[in-house]
Amino acid sequence: MSAVPSTARREVGEVPVVAADGLTKVYKVRRGVFAPPAELHAVDGVSFRLAAGRTLAVVGESGCGKSTLARMVTLIERPTAGSLKLVGHEVSQAKGAALAPLRRHVQIVFQDPYGSLNPRRKVGAILEEPLVINTKMPKGARRAAARAMMARVGLRPEHYERYPHMFSGGQRQRIAIARALMLHPKIVVLDEPVSALDVSIQAQVLNLLMDLQEEFDLAYLFISHGLSVVRHIADEVMVMYLGRTVEQGPKHAIFTAPRHPYTRALLAATPFVDPRLRAERVTLRGELPSPLDPPSGCAFHTRCPYADARCQAERPALRSLAGGLVACHHAEAVLGDEAPRQ
Amino acid sequence: MALLEMAKLSVDFPTSRGTLKAVDGVGFSVEEGDILGIVGESGSGKSVAMLALMGLVAYPGIVTADRLVFGGRNLLTLSARERRRIAGKDVAMIFQEPMTSLNPCFTIGYQIMETLRVHEGGTRRARRERAIALLEQVGIPAPAGRLAAFPHQLSGGMNQRVMIAIAIACNPRLLIADEPTTALDVTIQAQILELLMSLQRERGMALILITHDMGVVAETAERVIVMYAGQIVEEAPAKDLFAAPRHPYTAALLAALPERSRGERRLPTISGLVPGLGDRPSGCLFNPRCAYADARCRSEEPLLEVSAGHSVRCHYPLCEAPQGSSP
Repeated sequence: MSAVPSTARREVGEVPVVAADGLTKVYKVRRGVFAPPAELHAVDGVSFRLAAGRTLAVVGESGCGKSTLARMVTLIERPTAGSLKLVGHEVSQAKGAALAPLRRHVQIVFQDPYGSLNPRRKVGAILEEPLVINTKMPKGARRAAARAMMARVGLRPEHYERYPHMFSGGQRQRIAIARALMLHPKIVVLDEPVSALDVSIQAQVLNLLMDLQEEFDLAYLFISHGLSVVRHIADEVMVMYLGRTVEQGPKHAIFTAPRHPYTRALLAATPFVDPRLRAERVTLRGELPSPLDPPSGCAFHTRCPYADARCQAERPALRSLAGGLVACHHAEAVLGDEAPRQ
Repeated sequence: MALLEMAKLSVDFPTSRGTLKAVDGVGFSVEEGDILGIVGESGSGKSVAMLALMGLVAYPGIVTADRLVFGGRNLLTLSARERRRIAGKDVAMIFQEPMTSLNPCFTIGYQIMETLRVHEGGTRRARRERAIALLEQVGIPAPAGRLAAFPHQLSGGMNQRVMIAIAIACNPRLLIADEPTTALDVTIQAQILELLMSLQRERGMALILITHDMGVVAETAERVIVMYAGQIVEEAPAKDLFAAPRHPYTAALLAALPERSRGERRLPTISGLVPGLGDRPSGCLFNPRCAYADARCRSEEPLLEVSAGHSVRCHYPLCEAPQGSSP
């Protein structure tokens, strides 16, 4: 598996802070008392590199494995197979104590700011908890660090003594972001951080995220099911379908010349205000197949307008094409067709 | 004669800290076959206004209106019983969360047939056949087999199709869709929007689409109402509104969309928050967040100025030039 060629702002050859190769997570799902457990390939052979100060967006619909990927990178789940290196350390087979020093380098911000903050703790306590667990910082220093971070993310000093329910959704997401940054991590996983927010608040939080990235040289793994936000924030984009990468490459290539029919359908399905951004609607037939029983060959063939006999029989490998990676037998044809959007 | 006429609709919730004005003097009309989009952020009153129209505002909410006429009948003077006969039949509503708006204890077949039984009667067999036809119409494969399915056995998109089947069961003349696709994936969202549009075309029913997604409105609605803090701040044909918004709030909302940023890394934002119960400003409700506000905006409340199909509630509406960036 090769690294994605990047339109890097920084030096080529720098060590990536996240390096995943053939990352796989298989869950055993019990189907009944006597039936053998079924295997669910939530993530199947995913590879990518992520450098400091850059943003990789993982895009796909529910059930495509993007959240499982996020959980593996945040060390919540252990990969079944494949290699995952965080800041140069192999973590895929490490356990317990060996992982402890690495955990502080990866933090996560969840989608729902209402569910991800403990309603019984004050903002100050929420922000200081990572320091209590991971450092030997004395109380006074913790308090100072929490207050400094609050100022940094745009919370007022008096918010220190308040409970999460006293805040709006946008402010709660600021608290969640502040909590994630308390340990000065190198990698932040953003699991749909703005999809629960109103448009005007969404813009504020996106701006904050981009400012913080610049200031702390953070690597963002940005999980999203929609493309309009990704188009704004990402450097590179990885599109997933049923646990596999179907297309991967620099943002520009994905948005101007999608090579996979699924990427193209996602773009077409995203509603845009600007009529110039709208594409011919290519409505996908049907729904996402069950990941317990994925279709043969190319997993997308049941919904794909380009599908033929070969797609049903043979799974396309991820290959390099026009500056990115794509897993489709008909990628050239897709690329050759009228470009859907500017 | 318009299908729906609404004038000065207000919904107030008395609380211990004073009256919360959820909807404040909203008025518009809908013709047969119209597609009207209502956009606004959370708390702008767009859902509550529609619930009031359906007669679904619960105690202690107080609904008042100067005029509320649907299909020539004055909804304000109807008895609760007569009103229930209209709600669900001539006016139907689809809600945001299909999973929570269907009853988990009953099969989807039962829930579709219940609507038919209440409003149309007929034999059990006729209702069953009609339910199958409806499921087929909303694009559910193998409809006869699905009648016995419970909501938890179907996906979110399929459940939303069931909700639509229930809503269109009695051939409504007006369908209100309250954030019908917010909980769904984009490709399923496209399918559901397409389904709603095709049903609207085939049946010539009017459709009110409530959403916070500007993109969804821009791609579907013919006319758009923008709501802020319970009031209508702008109403215009979709094309005009998105090309040249005249209210600073609409312009700022559009500018904050990531798709509008042309290469700049920072997005323009609207500072501050939607006013809540205690901090309703005097004068224009948007003045504390507005870049153009002056003394007049802080003291004098602007009225909704109706002019040539493009109404705006602002003392200083923006001129025709398209707004590229935030005011």
